[in-house]
Amino acid sequence: MPNNMLKFKPLNVGRWFIWGMTALLFLGTPLIFNQGFSITLLSQMGTTIIFALSFNMLLGQTGMLSFGHAVYSGLGAFFTMHALNAISAGKLWFPVTFLPLVGGLAGAFFGILFGYVTTKKSGTPFAMITLGIGEMVFASSLMFPGFFGGEGGITGNRVVGEPFLGISYGPAIQVYYLIAVWCFFCIVAMYAFTHTPLGRMANAVRDNPERVEFIGYNTQRVRWYVLIVSSFFAGIAGGLSALNFEIVSAENVSAIRSGGVLLATFIGGALFFFGPIIGAIVFVFFSVALSEFTRAWQLYLGIFFVLMVLYAPGGLSSLILMNLRVLSFSKFKRLLDPYLGVFIGAILLSLGIIMVIEMTYHLTLDASNGTVRKIFGFSFDTAGSTAWIIATSLLTGGLLVFEPMRRRFMQVWNTIQEEIEVEQTKKLVV
Amino acid sequence: MDIFLISLLNGLSYGLLLFMLSSGLTLIFSMMGVLNFAHASFYMIGAYFAYQIGVWATHLVGPNTGFWIALIIAPLAVGLIGAMVEKYGLRKVHKFGHVPELLFTFGLSFIIVELVQVIWGRAAVSYRVPPILDGPIEFLKDFGLTFSLYRGFMMIVALVMLALIWLMLTRTRIGLVIQAALTHPDAVESLGHNVPRVFMLVFGGGCALAGLAGVIGGPAFVTEPAMAATLGSIIFVVTVVGGMGSLAGAFIASVLIGLIQTFAVKIDFSLVDLFKTLGIVLTEKTPFFDVWKLTVSQIAPVLPYLLLVLILIFRPRGLMGTREG
Repeated sequence: MPNNMLKFKPLNVGRWFIWGMTALLFLGTPLIFNQGFSITLLSQMGTTIIFALSFNMLLGQTGMLSFGHAVYSGLGAFFTMHALNAISAGKLWFPVTFLPLVGGLAGAFFGILFGYVTTKKSGTPFAMITLGIGEMVFASSLMFPGFFGGEGGITGNRVVGEPFLGISYGPAIQVYYLIAVWCFFCIVAMYAFTHTPLGRMANAVRDNPERVEFIGYNTQRVRWYVLIVSSFFAGIAGGLSALNFEIVSAENVSAIRSGGVLLATFIGGALFFFGPIIGAIVFVFFSVALSEFTRAWQLYLGIFFVLMVLYAPGGLSSLILMNLRVLSFSKFKRLLDPYLGVFIGAILLSLGIIMVIEMTYHLTLDASNGTVRKIFGFSFDTAGSTAWIIATSLLTGGLLVFEPMRRRFMQVWNTIQEEIEVEQTKKLVV
Repeated sequence: MDIFLISLLNGLSYGLLLFMLSSGLTLIFSMMGVLNFAHASFYMIGAYFAYQIGVWATHLVGPNTGFWIALIIAPLAVGLIGAMVEKYGLRKVHKFGHVPELLFTFGLSFIIVELVQVIWGRAAVSYRVPPILDGPIEFLKDFGLTFSLYRGFMMIVALVMLALIWLMLTRTRIGLVIQAALTHPDAVESLGHNVPRVFMLVFGGGCALAGLAGVIGGPAFVTEPAMAATLGSIIFVVTVVGGMGSLAGAFIASVLIGLIQTFAVKIDFSLVDLFKTLGIVLTEKTPFFDVWKLTVSQIAPVLPYLLLVLILIFRPRGLMGTREG
């Protein structure tokens, strides 16, 4: 009892502010972007955020690179869809609002089942095995048309039962808010998970598995438990996307989806909790918005990804944080000039690359529609040499500008980082 | 009996092709700890290069010469690309650890598939067996067997190639350096050998092997943008089943999976039939009838992965592997 007197718990203003702003963002965004297209885009971002965060539980927090995470979200989506159809048929009573929970439980169940096998290994073998399990589930999905619906997949109608308080989930905006609420609470739950003993042990297993074994923990168990939790959230994401699209097909468990979530998470950055959120937003934007303009969007995404791996392995989130650090040490001014140079070089270079890719794509895939390809509003004749000369000169010119600019930037950047390190240690000493 | 022998030969030739891929993958893995996710992509590039060389050769040299030119040039070109990838890409991410290396090759496989689609289109290209090798083997016909001459050629190329590699690894100086660098890279480096260059050679060599597999595998299967993904996951299964980093294990697993996949598609036998012989009749009303009615040929695509799961449960280090984890 005297213990109660000693407790001092100030209100964590920063935390309440951040979560409050997140909630406001979820509430407010559809009011600003209120066209039909942007609502579907936002809904998709919501489900992808949950999916990418659940993936990062493995990659960022436990150091497990999975190539088959879509298995759990996809199977969650299938079970949600079957539950929805059972409700429509009157065989089951369950509020649609909580249907993603079915997906989550299905995901967790398969996490228990497959995870037992996959988590026997870590590192590279784990990655290969998850790929194998993913392929197995995908191949079986075409073998059981009764459950998976064969090539066409299974469809459903989310508007079932009496509307509750006027919510029928017919209009897209209602589904968005359903996803937003689920997404918000999933983010909170997954963030809370990082502070649990299991979440902490996961970090330890990532950093030094040998030492964890020494202390007496079973690393395989830790990996397995984390995988189960992660597949629960992946299942929720799958269930939500099933409600959003009202169709689930074998593609939902495919390697394409698994690869997609990996790209999203890594581009956002696996080192920080909020990284995958940024990654999911960028990825959905890439895959939905960019695919409207060009058929080569996957190529751009792949190039972007490889460049990130080579030059910014911490992802976008670490880039943002590192620049913020430079800003907080008020040294950003010195970076402005090098940034401008790199920027100009990068724009020239990417214009050249985009032109070459688009024109080649046009020649191989779209040649029946004439030889003219429109890029950024300009028309180029892919059969003539003028367009190709412009493209190659942009490419070489960009390269000639970019490379020295990049070197200059790296020099300034590295000196600034060194200065910051020195100042930080000085502060510590004082 | 005939079907059995033919399937055996088909399975062997497929298994040998798998080994041409998995041997390179295993060598690279055991040497550098890098799992080359893009390995099957190099196989695909090999096939497409061979197709392109065939098209050019028809114009420049004469009809039906392309395949033989490609047999030599395409693997060399693929190997060169592989060496460049190692030198300018992989070496840069090496300092970040194994996961970024894996991610790099994953991104690379993504780009390669897209580039192939940009250059050669999304549909399959008509890369065909050269006329000399078309048709069945005549002398086997006397025994009542029809086995494709091209499949036989595939087996011979694979065996010759593997014998050469074995000789190179065990009998030449560079082979001994490679073998030493597999286990003791630091010691080899302090003896004055350029280990990064050895790595580049091995990576390029492994990719060249994959390219050669592409040249001879392309006409036997389909040359299309999806061919890398189809084979890629299978060769990963092979390396895990055989034991990570074990060449002998990779060989056994390749042939095993080749045989399993070839035989499985020939067997129209389901659990329903099995129960029937035991006197139990299963009908549509039996629970999980979807599972019981599946024939072996229907589950053939899943069998390699089932084997993977079984191996992991009962022998986690693989058939010939030496280490766990």
